[in-house]
Amino acid sequence: MIAVIERELVEKKKWISYDEFLDIIAIAESSPGPLAVNSATFVGYKTCGFLGSLLATLGMILPSFVIIFIVSLFFEKFLSFKIVGYAFKGIQVCVAFLIISAGIKFLSHLEKNVFNYFLFVLTAAVMIVFSLFSVNYSSVWLILAGAAIGVFVFFGKSFFLKKDEKKRKAALSETTIDKSDANEKEKL
Amino acid sequence: MIRLFLSFLKIGAISFGGGYGMISVLQEEVLANGWLTSEQLMDFIAVSESTPGPLAINMATFVGASQYGFSGALLATLGVVLPAFIVILSVAALFTNLMKYAGVKSALTGIRPVVTALVLVTGITMLTSIVFSYTSIKSEFSFNLKSAVIFLIITFIYLFSKKVLRKNISAIMLIVISAVLGILFYGLI
Repeated sequence: MIAVIERELVEKKKWISYDEFLDIIAIAESSPGPLAVNSATFVGYKTCGFLGSLLATLGMILPSFVIIFIVSLFFEKFLSFKIVGYAFKGIQVCVAFLIISAGIKFLSHLEKNVFNYFLFVLTAAVMIVFSLFSVNYSSVWLILAGAAIGVFVFFGKSFFLKKDEKKRKAALSETTIDKSDANEKEKL
Repeated sequence: MIRLFLSFLKIGAISFGGGYGMISVLQEEVLANGWLTSEQLMDFIAVSESTPGPLAINMATFVGASQYGFSGALLATLGVVLPAFIVILSVAALFTNLMKYAGVKSALTGIRPVVTALVLVTGITMLTSIVFSYTSIKSEFSFNLKSAVIFLIITFIYLFSKKVLRKNISAIMLIVISAVLGILFYGLI
């Protein structure tokens, strides 16, 4: 997907520069929503303002909307064929595999540090326990909690760093005072 | 129908990491509202994965269409896109540097490991519900050998093409293979 977007927008149409493209990828990855939609909205706005972003996003959605809508019209009839039903028994297994492999890919892209592992294991544990005891919960809360912990840890860290810095500065100024004292003494 | 729109608005607003990042929330929403059974959900995911376009949008259109026809498809798709549209538009128009702010960055560092766990555990629970029909401590344990064998074959093919042929096999190819395996194991044997 990313390769197609890059070729079309940067090389062929020259609507954005390569650096801008990299920015878009970074922004798209850190905001909600599919990458394709995000980059369509962004590039649309950069080239033709609000109208551009609206049209580009609509253009992005339209093909898949039409295709899926047509598929949905026939899907139930299609499933009622016995052989299709059998095929989908196999496909369901494949979907579970695809999701697991997506999860593993996410995991391998995660930076290896205590914070990430801790949150990962904690979330997984909460999910497993809740679903084993069939407690109803929403992943939305888990995601929000993750965000909150991220912010909390960050500001906690910077607070302590600042304290350290103050101490270091204080220590530095003391030594300079000592030196100036020494200098003055020498003069005397 | 408003419920449908709101559900997909929620899914659109917190689907970080694209594609499978939204899978756990999507599953909760469609099951809680009784729109799909978990088997139908997997069928829909397979179709959405094998047709062009982003998974999130395809799923929204599909679920919407299955419930309320055309207007449902339209509303659900609109719902899933709207949050991303608004966020990106405001980033492009107002604060191009938003993503460089420490607060936003640090929130994302917390979200990433959580989403990773959400995706992985959702996938594993799907697998255990297919192979062992085991979803909670109340459910009976039963082993589905055919599905287990299909899973092992797919895993083997995936790893073989990755490690030996050094080529990532596409999701569509895996779906086609698993369809053939399904017909073979359930239809013929």
